[in-house]
Amino acid sequence: MTTTENTATTAPAKRSLFRSEAAQKLLAFGALIVIFIFFSLASPYFLTKDNVIGILLATAVNGVLALGVTFVIITAGIDLSVGTVMTLAAMTTAVSITVWGLPIPLGILVGLLTGMLAGAINGVVIARMKIPPFVATLGMMMIARGLALVIPAAIFGSVRPVYFNDHPIFGQIMMGSLVGKLLPSLPIPNAVLILFGAALVAAFLLAKTVFGRYTVAMGSNEEATRLSGINVANWKTLVYAVGGLFSGLAGVMIASRLSSAQPGLGAGYELDAIAAVVIGGTSLSGGEGTILGTLIGAFIISTLTNGLRILGVPQEWQFVITGVIVILAVYLDILRRRAR
Amino acid sequence: MSDILLVMEEIDKSFPGVRALDQARFELRAGEVHALIGENGAGKSTLMKILAGVYSKDGGRIIYQGKEVEIPSPRAAQDLGISMIHQELNLMPHLTLAQNVFVGREPRQGLRFVLDEKQLNAQTQALFESMRLRLNPRTKVADLTVATQQMVEIAKALSFNSQVLIMDEPTAALTEAEIEELFRIIRELRDKGVGIVYISHRLEELKQISDRITVMRDGRYVGTEDAATIPIERIISMMVGRTIYESAPEVPEEASATIVLEARHLNRGHVIKDVSFQLKKGEILGFAGLMGAGRTEVARAVFGADPLDSGEIYVHGKKANIKHPRDAVRHGIGYLSEDRKRYGLALGMDVEANIVLASFQKFLGKLGVVNKGKTHETGEHYVEALSIKTPSLQQRVKNLSGGNQQKVVIGKWLTADTDVLIFDEPTRGIDVGAKSEIYHLLNQLAQQGKSIIMISSELPEILRMSHRIVVMCEGRITGELSAAEATQERIMTYATQRRVLMAENGASEHSGAQEV
Repeated sequence: MTTTENTATTAPAKRSLFRSEAAQKLLAFGALIVIFIFFSLASPYFLTKDNVIGILLATAVNGVLALGVTFVIITAGIDLSVGTVMTLAAMTTAVSITVWGLPIPLGILVGLLTGMLAGAINGVVIARMKIPPFVATLGMMMIARGLALVIPAAIFGSVRPVYFNDHPIFGQIMMGSLVGKLLPSLPIPNAVLILFGAALVAAFLLAKTVFGRYTVAMGSNEEATRLSGINVANWKTLVYAVGGLFSGLAGVMIASRLSSAQPGLGAGYELDAIAAVVIGGTSLSGGEGTILGTLIGAFIISTLTNGLRILGVPQEWQFVITGVIVILAVYLDILRRRAR
Repeated sequence: MSDILLVMEEIDKSFPGVRALDQARFELRAGEVHALIGENGAGKSTLMKILAGVYSKDGGRIIYQGKEVEIPSPRAAQDLGISMIHQELNLMPHLTLAQNVFVGREPRQGLRFVLDEKQLNAQTQALFESMRLRLNPRTKVADLTVATQQMVEIAKALSFNSQVLIMDEPTAALTEAEIEELFRIIRELRDKGVGIVYISHRLEELKQISDRITVMRDGRYVGTEDAATIPIERIISMMVGRTIYESAPEVPEEASATIVLEARHLNRGHVIKDVSFQLKKGEILGFAGLMGAGRTEVARAVFGADPLDSGEIYVHGKKANIKHPRDAVRHGIGYLSEDRKRYGLALGMDVEANIVLASFQKFLGKLGVVNKGKTHETGEHYVEALSIKTPSLQQRVKNLSGGNQQKVVIGKWLTADTDVLIFDEPTRGIDVGAKSEIYHLLNQLAQQGKSIIMISSELPEILRMSHRIVVMCEGRITGELSAAEATQERIMTYATQRRVLMAENGASEHSGAQEV
């Protein structure tokens, strides 16, 4: 085979570690380790089995929400509705099991579908009606919050939590421990397994499927994706629906965790989820992001919260510190890009 | 080389306010490289975008492989075997080469939604090998030079088994060596029987690569010639060949000789290369050149909107340190962008507010409160002096016509006491009647002692207005002409004078990395 010298094939420019693709992940992971070491040294109560399990458990719900948001943000979109959609899904699950008497698996399915439907509506509003994602999902955030209050009001005549008192097994979905049955010394609650399971599914979707490929393509250059003959509106709708599905899962999880659906809960969760995604290196301008990064981002937030609480830092200050970390994380990302 | 592959005839296309194509035609044979040339706005890209399904035609016929066809979408064009590589690259920087080439047509495995990355890379590898490109399908597009991205676009176009390949200014961002590589691939494709449409401004290049040349002017077909035999001068006169010559400008004798603004050895990356010029009091200095020649870049650099790598700017003989537009304004320099709506006007605000916008300090009373009476007075003055047609000073600027918007911008800079005005395409998007008013206004300003730099891509405009003309090509000043010497042909010769040897291979090396 004859090959002429191709001048176009110049090797990619050398990059320092700081600029490389892997750097953001390493950076986030490094930060998580530094935070761990810091708190371990600062307090004898931090690095104990119970506390670490507590951190894992505390990450579960936010982590699952953040997984869904990751897809949306990779398309250069945003989803502000995940927190209240989660609450709505918790409510529909609770109502379908405790009021309608549906079997638990079906009740879970109702919760998942609730989330997916809300996400799909987001998608249609954004992709077909061309409403900016910020506005569309802000609207959905309010709608879902309202519906989560309307449902118990319509059924019980007043806005009140719906408890799973007759279904103690429902609480075991999150708080039972399959790992603990096998290894009694390691009672990791199922919530953590669900998080990792969901993360594996999300990672597979993003890296190995057509869905994941088009998610990145749309975020990278939407017009080019359209000119390549891809139905951008449909795929984008699906991205938001998948994001909603993860919110639905989070809804089932939080209902199980609290053995109840709390109608007033949920506002503010979306911000923690977005923060986790951003800390994990997903670019708000679209086109890049990883599930592993998001997972690390979620752990950074819950580790910080936990550690600061152990050190006796008041909750108000915890917010301040998390805020600073978010800004720093994004700033590092910008520096890294600029260096390119 | 004889089979007629494609015929476009009597193609009409209008955009709001513009007749882009008027009975345009084009013919392509299998196995030829057919260059399509013309001045900016001649309709070349529009005609080809109709062929590629990006625009729909208003009238006319496309006969492809002997049959009349309709091409309603890019997908339809691709299915017919017609691919276009657009001027702006259409790749997804975050994806790999293979992922880009086969996006939308990825090989799947097992379950239908799972990607077969191995197969994808193998297909791409095979495609690259057939083009004798040494590229790794797994490299990310963002890591490539513009030239290499161009190759990937070509590979993508070919992967549709294209019979017709349209390239819109493919060499605009390439170095000499990269152009050679591109030409090698183009020749190989031609030998395989692909019909290639090659849009370019670079006349020397066309002689090298093309078999035939079709010239367009003002949306119309002018003629088709054999590339090998036609002299370049003849191509140029076909391109510009307007019969009506505008009256030459009246150049004030010796244009008063005081130098108001002088630029010495300006450099900025590869867009401005060693640019020096002088501007005299009361002079209209025309900046001619083709799109992308670096004229706007020079204007922005002088105005402090973009940083310079090196070079000095002197205002009234004194060295001026212009790092920011506000420094330029302080030195009395105003810049009227070609994109008035984005950079020149606050569209939602009224005429009066726009006129005083750049010089608000002048209208502040003791307590920092805006003196409404004074702004009103100034607004009225300029509405009258510039004859801005507006129902009132309170009219929102977005409701005015293009010509009147342009006058509002002029009023704004005059209020700010500027004596050097840089006009970037002052009549773009302005209808013919308003144009002559703007011309009149420019002449008036010059007579009043203002110095004007006018960037324009319209040669008649340059010839009609300028006292002196500087021509740029690829970041350099390639010639200077007095109003008396200037002709369209001379300007075009300078405007297409490419440097054959470009040493800076490295300069465009990193421009491929997309800033996100």
